[in-house]
Amino acid sequence: MTFDKETKLWLSGNEAIALGAWEAGVRVASGYPGTPSTEIMGNLGQYEGVYTEWAPNEKVGLEVALGASFAGARALATMKHVGLNVAADPLFTAAYTGVRGGLVIINADDPQMHSSQNEQDNRNYAYAAKLPMLEPSDPAEAKHMVTRAYSLSEQLDTPVIIRITTRIAHVKGVVERGQRAEVPETSIEKVPAKLVMLPGNARVRRVAVEKRMAAARELAETMPENRIEPGSGRRGFVTSGVAYNYVKEAFPEAPVLKLGMVWPLPEKMLRDFAATVDELIVVEELDPFLETHLKAMGIACRGKDLIPNQGELNSFIVRQALAPETIGEVFAPLELPMRPPNMCAGCPHRGLFYGLSRMKDVFVSGDIGCYTLGFLPPLSAMDACVCMGASITMAHGMAKALGEKGRGRVVAVLGDSTFMHSGMTGLLNMVYNGTYATVIILDNRTTAMTGHQDNPASGRSILGEPAPALDLEALCRALGVQRVVVVNPHDVEVTRKVLKEEIESPDLSVIISRAPCVLLPEELKRKKPVYFTNLANCTGCTLCVQMGCPAISWTPLTPEEAVARGYRDKQKGFARINEVQCNGCGQCACVCKFDAITRREENS
Amino acid sequence: MRQSGNILFSGVGGQGILLASELTAHAQLMAGYDVKKSEVHGMAQRGGSVEAHLRYGEKVYSPLIELGAADILVAFEILEAVRYLPYLHKDSAVVVNTQKILPPAVALGKASYPEDILDELRSRQINVVAIDAFAVAQSVGELRAANVAMVGAMSNFLAVSPDVFLQAIDKTIKKQFCDVNKKAFVAGRAAVYA
Repeated sequence: MTFDKETKLWLSGNEAIALGAWEAGVRVASGYPGTPSTEIMGNLGQYEGVYTEWAPNEKVGLEVALGASFAGARALATMKHVGLNVAADPLFTAAYTGVRGGLVIINADDPQMHSSQNEQDNRNYAYAAKLPMLEPSDPAEAKHMVTRAYSLSEQLDTPVIIRITTRIAHVKGVVERGQRAEVPETSIEKVPAKLVMLPGNARVRRVAVEKRMAAARELAETMPENRIEPGSGRRGFVTSGVAYNYVKEAFPEAPVLKLGMVWPLPEKMLRDFAATVDELIVVEELDPFLETHLKAMGIACRGKDLIPNQGELNSFIVRQALAPETIGEVFAPLELPMRPPNMCAGCPHRGLFYGLSRMKDVFVSGDIGCYTLGFLPPLSAMDACVCMGASITMAHGMAKALGEKGRGRVVAVLGDSTFMHSGMTGLLNMVYNGTYATVIILDNRTTAMTGHQDNPASGRSILGEPAPALDLEALCRALGVQRVVVVNPHDVEVTRKVLKEEIESPDLSVIISRAPCVLLPEELKRKKPVYFTNLANCTGCTLCVQMGCPAISWTPLTPEEAVARGYRDKQKGFARINEVQCNGCGQCACVCKFDAITRREENS
Repeated sequence: MRQSGNILFSGVGGQGILLASELTAHAQLMAGYDVKKSEVHGMAQRGGSVEAHLRYGEKVYSPLIELGAADILVAFEILEAVRYLPYLHKDSAVVVNTQKILPPAVALGKASYPEDILDELRSRQINVVAIDAFAVAQSVGELRAANVAMVGAMSNFLAVSPDVFLQAIDKTIKKQFCDVNKKAFVAGRAAVYA
């Protein structure tokens, strides 16, 4: 969004990276949605002259980008930190092949786990895969570093990783617009000795990797992205990424060595800087990555003995660790009811999890998505969640371990996008090796958690254009599943019956729980009925309250209040539907046995 | 009025907090400040607590407000005002919408919504301005403009002139909704001293 007539823009880190990629002349970009990386691809798609796509997973996305690079295009792959685990296979060998057109991988770490299952520090991948990694400190630098990464990639013949974190991706700042670079022509060029990684070729390329990293180390000494900001005082800081800002806020006068490239490191520059200060402090989020490598160089420094290695940093934490005398008194937090996220009113997943919540003996092997919220009370219907696709494979392993004891008690639950990401191979394994477990695919026609990205089953491309929609039933049957049942999870009664039948079945079965996400634009526009409570009929049984719908609330009553309202004195309270919040799914009306919930035909 | 500062926005997912913070950021940018703003997306948006940090000044490094350093808290819900107490200092101004949204534990009858909880702020000498933003929005005929009414109320505590905010509305809000949102801003600004 422009805020003046000049070239200055107000952009998030992700928007700035998209603009940077466009300015760098990127021709092909592929990625899988994952917080906090998602908006990069969505934004890049809005520019002319660049092909963008949602891939089914990050490995696919990186391989697509690698192929585009082999054809001479500047190419981009985007993913969240755990996505790079999925893409690690091509990553390590792409370091050997090198590139033709520049290849940049945007990797978004999530310190503090705002929306992630772990807080791994992916700077370690740069070291392990022997790849250069840049790390910007704000949106303006993020944009600049994309352009820089492409020139480095082509100069050094290597993929380059840009590591961002949540507070780069989702921070907005002032960014200057530039010009688009000339987009290189693409062509077929055969260089099998460089691209066919058979052992004989790979051994040759292995040597090239070391030569390239030596050249990168040389460049690191002089590149402007690594810089010393002189200052006063006995303490000097080595820092990078968002942590640089916290050092500047906390110690504006101190000398700072800011690393724009966090791998490989400029050893001489670091050594020279260390010699100018009495005490060298490394301020970095998560692992002691820089600190460990500085110490390996024999440079004395302090870091994680002072600064936490868990969670996000901020300038308060940095001051608290290094200058506690500057911290004034802070009001203590009050104890208040928490407000965790919840499945939306009208969410189709609720009907399915309500059914599972009534089957206490069943182990629900869960997965990554909005539906992981099925773990929360009152539904409390998820017993494990590790990584994308693991619901199916963990369920298979449990069933094999439990044998007869587990029959009718092991269920995997995952979303449609997660199933396509990495659930399909697990299901194939179940068919091949046999199981009694049940797989439930929650098909809400979108990738909801990350903001409703299209996917191979949604029938639309990233740009909203018509695309072939995967037929999930046909796919499951083609994989060899004999029992495939589709249910509408809003019909809670039928769903419970199907769950019972299929879970108790001695064979593998797949239940497809199908109803669109209520937040999809077409669903938001659709005229929906509203449900309301006949308070006179409410007996206070709490069955509807136990669904955990945000539109239903419980009002407790004393015996006197109950009698005054015409209830029995034993009635502990009543439930009421907030008609403004109701999305008209009707699940609560299905579970109410006392006709206390009624449908009203009305536009909500 | 100060030349740099920290504004914290808090509320519940879906209340229009991002738009309110975006509008404020634009007004600050147009007034010539450097601005950084931090948001959280993803898991946090499913009805959970939502916050946005906005920092402005000659040059802003950190996108996050320190504990004890929020000069203004714009809270869209009462509990979500009090939840951010550790970010406040004794000279903070808190502009809070008097709406109550029941957290899950309260809706389930497992906890109660604390009564008179804003007194916890007042008893610490914090300046609390409670606004019925829905009533203000209703008075201009658009309930969905409650978030802009909140920005109007908050603008009393900033050096940026209201005219700049009105121009910022043109930049951040769809054309057909600009007029009603400008009215909501003006009414919200007036509501503080009403």
